[in-house]
Amino acid sequence: MSWLSKLLPSQIRTESTGKKSVPEGVWTKCSSCTSMLYRAELERNHYVCPKCNHHERIGARLRLDLFLDKESSEEIGADLEPVDILKFRDSKKYRDRLNQAQKNTDEKDALIVMQGQLKELSVVAAAFEFRFMGGSMASVVGERFVRGVDVCIEKNIPFICFTASGGARMQEGLFSLMQMGKTSAALARLSKRGIPFISVMTDPTMGGVSASLAMLGDLNVAEPKALIGFAGPRVIEQTVRETLPEGFQRSEFLQEHGVVDMIVDRRHMRDRLYNVLAILTQQPIKKPDDEVLSGTVV
Amino acid sequence: MNFLDFERPIADLEAKIEELRHLTGDSELNIGDEISRLEEKSSSLTESIFSSLSVWQVAQLARHPQRPYTLDYIERIFTDFEELHGDRSYADDNAIVGGIARLDDQPVMVIGHQKGRDTKEKIRRNFGMPRPEGYRKAKRLMEMAERFNLPLLTFIDTPGAYPGVGAEERGQSEAIATNLKVMSDLDTPVICTVIGEGGSGGALAIGVGDRLLMLQYSTYSVISPEGCATILWKSADKASEAAEAMGLTADRLKELGFVDQIIDEPLGSAYRDFDLVAQNIKAALLENLAKLKAKSSDDLLEERYKRLMSYGQFKE
Repeated sequence: MSWLSKLLPSQIRTESTGKKSVPEGVWTKCSSCTSMLYRAELERNHYVCPKCNHHERIGARLRLDLFLDKESSEEIGADLEPVDILKFRDSKKYRDRLNQAQKNTDEKDALIVMQGQLKELSVVAAAFEFRFMGGSMASVVGERFVRGVDVCIEKNIPFICFTASGGARMQEGLFSLMQMGKTSAALARLSKRGIPFISVMTDPTMGGVSASLAMLGDLNVAEPKALIGFAGPRVIEQTVRETLPEGFQRSEFLQEHGVVDMIVDRRHMRDRLYNVLAILTQQPIKKPDDEVLSGTVV
Repeated sequence: MNFLDFERPIADLEAKIEELRHLTGDSELNIGDEISRLEEKSSSLTESIFSSLSVWQVAQLARHPQRPYTLDYIERIFTDFEELHGDRSYADDNAIVGGIARLDDQPVMVIGHQKGRDTKEKIRRNFGMPRPEGYRKAKRLMEMAERFNLPLLTFIDTPGAYPGVGAEERGQSEAIATNLKVMSDLDTPVICTVIGEGGSGGALAIGVGDRLLMLQYSTYSVISPEGCATILWKSADKASEAAEAMGLTADRLKELGFVDQIIDEPLGSAYRDFDLVAQNIKAALLENLAKLKAKSSDDLLEERYKRLMSYGQFKE
């Protein structure tokens, strides 16, 4: 505990483990550079540290709120709920894990899909909720994703997906693995119709999610320094028995190796993606959002 | 010979039979009777062990060191096989083999994971764990199959895609993802057969098709039992519990609606009789292929799409 947090009364101290991805309180600490930050300012800055530009992980609903025009959106597949098909049980029952995750996040499963507007352009945007069992992909995630794609095909509007996931969810066994095929097949259809799909990979995007829908964008976009890869760094270290180089599997590494088109600062996400989509769908130019941003935007 | 723990009693009996056989000729005793008595005993012992296999024992059989691999089957099922090499941009990955061949008189494209038998070969085949160039070679052959109207027959047998530095640098995720997309819409019949281990995304990357067949003692799972145990039980020693929980056997997966047909293996599993298993696979391929070939290309692709969309269970 730092001298400062000892001095601070407990009610305004940052909670390190809470159900919210970004802790409550007036002050908060950047999880990367540990600077003390005024919470309201961090919020205004889209949870990007004004000191070091670290992109904090954010929840799915907040993500979509930041991305889509205010009050423009309607949720797709909200009624879908997971079931414990395999009666899976490890140290805990899957049913109990689901209940816990649902209670902690107030979501039924790990993907939220919305039809809405991006600077008045109709789109469908999906976002993974990492706090829901590590954003893992199972039946409901796959089905919601496909329903989102179906709306895009029906209305001829672009699809954007923000991933934050550890991969396929083990507790639904092969059902989870097959979501990789299911989502990829839906994206193949979308692609055939000439409708753009932009995949935005955020920290972290791994395993079965990375090896299916996340890599299939017409544009693969990443937030700065997000961990993106197929196998987890620990698994690789155990396999090759050597320490991994600095920056391995980070967004910049992926761009260097030709898998990611562009790395986009969260504070510019709306403008940059609108620009891309407007060009791909022959829409007019729009002036950038004039929001107050602090720190250096990369 | 390599035997699994639970096969030990059978192996011991068989060793005894072998010994007695060597004695024949220079002994006065009626060894023939003794041999046939032991043979009977061995087969009933095998029957009793194999009639109550645990999920974990099936998982071990699926990766039995003597189990037939893709090339063993290719040699026995097809004629005129020409192996094709390389992804045209980086390398030839020996963990995936593929090529054109004939199934009886029908021209086909064959792709499969390939494991190695001895140490040298195991290393050359990277234990059946492909790198991105392997998946890209597979993709090249898939597209070639479509171009020349060759049905695509794949054989799945991998612990998973290789988790290495180079594999990540060259886009392991992208290579797998692209194959899923390509296979979902490949305009030719696709039959996927799991012959050993169906390990996760590394298996699925050549596993999207119109039919899924599984050998009796093969497995297919979202993660290896060891991987699952390490993450959820915090110990790889709990692999048998993990295998049980995930339901990765052919029987269970058929119940759950993933598998179209289970292909029989002989008593004691596939390695006891390569030829017989190859015959069984061939019969299943011929039967399924005839049905798929009768469909128009539109129906084939629409049915495949519906099949993929049907995966998943939820409340609404």
